[in-house]
Amino acid sequence: MFIYLARKCAGVIPTIVGVVIVVFILFHWVGGDPTYQMLGRHASIQQIEELRHEYGFDQPTHIQLFNHLKQVITFEYGRSYATKQPIRQMILNGLGPSLSLMLPSFILNAIIAISFGLITACFQGYWADRLIVSFCILGMSVSILAYILFGQYFLAYKLGWFPISGYEEAWNERLRYLILPISIYIAVSVGYDVRFYRTAFLEEVTQDYVRTARAKGLSEFQVFFKHILKNSMIPILTNIIMEFPFLVLGSFLLESFFGIPGLGSITIDAIHNSDFPVIKAMTILVAILYIAGNLVIDLLYAWVDPRVSLK
Amino acid sequence: MIPTYKSLNSIKNIYFENNIWSHAYYKLKKNRAAITSVVVILVYTVISFLSKIEWIASPWDEMVGDSYQSPSLNSIKLLLGTDIFGRSVFYKVLHGTRIAMSVGLISSLMSVPIGVILGSFAGYFGGWVDNLFTWFYSTLSSIPNIMLLISITYLLGKGQSAVYFALGATAWVGLSRVIRGEFIKHKARDYVVAAESIGASTYSKVFKHILPNVFHYVIIHFSVQFMSAIKSEVILSFLGLGVQGQPSWGVMIDDARLELSRGVWWQLAGATTAMFLVVLSFNTLGDALRDALDPKMK
Repeated sequence: MFIYLARKCAGVIPTIVGVVIVVFILFHWVGGDPTYQMLGRHASIQQIEELRHEYGFDQPTHIQLFNHLKQVITFEYGRSYATKQPIRQMILNGLGPSLSLMLPSFILNAIIAISFGLITACFQGYWADRLIVSFCILGMSVSILAYILFGQYFLAYKLGWFPISGYEEAWNERLRYLILPISIYIAVSVGYDVRFYRTAFLEEVTQDYVRTARAKGLSEFQVFFKHILKNSMIPILTNIIMEFPFLVLGSFLLESFFGIPGLGSITIDAIHNSDFPVIKAMTILVAILYIAGNLVIDLLYAWVDPRVSLK
Repeated sequence: MIPTYKSLNSIKNIYFENNIWSHAYYKLKKNRAAITSVVVILVYTVISFLSKIEWIASPWDEMVGDSYQSPSLNSIKLLLGTDIFGRSVFYKVLHGTRIAMSVGLISSLMSVPIGVILGSFAGYFGGWVDNLFTWFYSTLSSIPNIMLLISITYLLGKGQSAVYFALGATAWVGLSRVIRGEFIKHKARDYVVAAESIGASTYSKVFKHILPNVFHYVIIHFSVQFMSAIKSEVILSFLGLGVQGQPSWGVMIDDARLELSRGVWWQLAGATTAMFLVVLSFNTLGDALRDALDPKMK
């Protein structure tokens, strides 16, 4: 187990190096000199020179690479171009709101999707299964933007069930503001997940242990919610980590629509303001979070199925 | 019995009747939902083509009525009302179709050769080629797609060609992973060994012998990628990183944000319905193709 852990951790290092290199190539070579984009068309030469100096674009490439590495390691990306705040502070401030939106969305979505996946697998071919699966395909095909605009306009503005947008620090207020975005996230992503879990569970149904469980007289509920669920942990974990990119997208759109001051809003604002250093910092941060998430999932694989660590 | 020419021919016929393509065709033909989806996709393709050569919905930026005229059945131009500048929303939806379909087509066409070549070489040659490739794709897939798309389109200076490039440059990863896995499985099979023993070159083994046997994954990828490119284009245009100065579903949805509070719903309804239909068709078709072509799913 320890060897497995060490090997997995070591395996992560080349990927992180790769991400750092890709981001460097993208932002320092392909993008060329971002100062023109940041200052707009009518900037004076002196302004451009000052900005180039501030962000180190007048340095030779190897010094730029060194500075880039230093930024990644110390997590010190300088100041935002638009708000002049230190980027590290902006990210730390945004972490709380983002987590309080995405964590409940993620957990509730997983619980709902797995339960519905079990139900559809249990009633495979019956009307309940067909109805749920059809709804899943329909729901998957609607754009997240449509869900957000519909929710905000009809449920919040017309019917007044939820606040239209905003965010408060106090927990009961925070919850009131977050209910609608969380429900929208679940509505958008549950369709795909239910279908994924249904397929995963159906692959288990034909296994011998299921027949044994039925033969010894267990109820269908016990067969599905206990035996099949436990044996499907590997695909479940895989799907959970595959959801991460979608969480990022959800956080971007939901936060900027509902005025939640999280990491997503910071990024969207940065795109609108051509705030180059913030976009770069967010790209690296999100990638590192994703790699860390993958590592945790790898360790969980070994925990749910000890055979994994022997390979 | 000594096989005669006739009996060999009948064996050949059995083989061809039972191969994956005719089997898939037979299965798809029976699937009514899949046929409907193909029809919808064809209609969208024809609309995009006709609006490209300006036979329909032209000119889209002409004033056809007052600002925010509500939908009416009096004229085809007013079918979905007008936008803030009095332009026909219906025409804008049709032009948005052209943008969406071309983004889907071009990015899928870009991603297929990259994915196939990288995946097949990594899978076939193994060793350092494979290690390098695995490192490269795990790096790219550790940056969540939307972040990579945003960075690339932002850095390439926004606009339609940036969207094509960003989608094409990121979409090959999933396909090449599958192709690599299949090549690793196939390269040890008897038919490849047989081809090698009659002196087939590496090129012919990879492209003539193995590739046709894994090509159905390319088709499945194509349909899935087409759909996700359409979805990504809408999001990128919505963020202001996509097409500039042309109607796009994403731009229309962005406009609708501010219009909804004034009761102007038709721009949102038009763009989201158009998008819903084509995404639903690709979802259904993708499922049907997977059912018909993927031997693992039965």
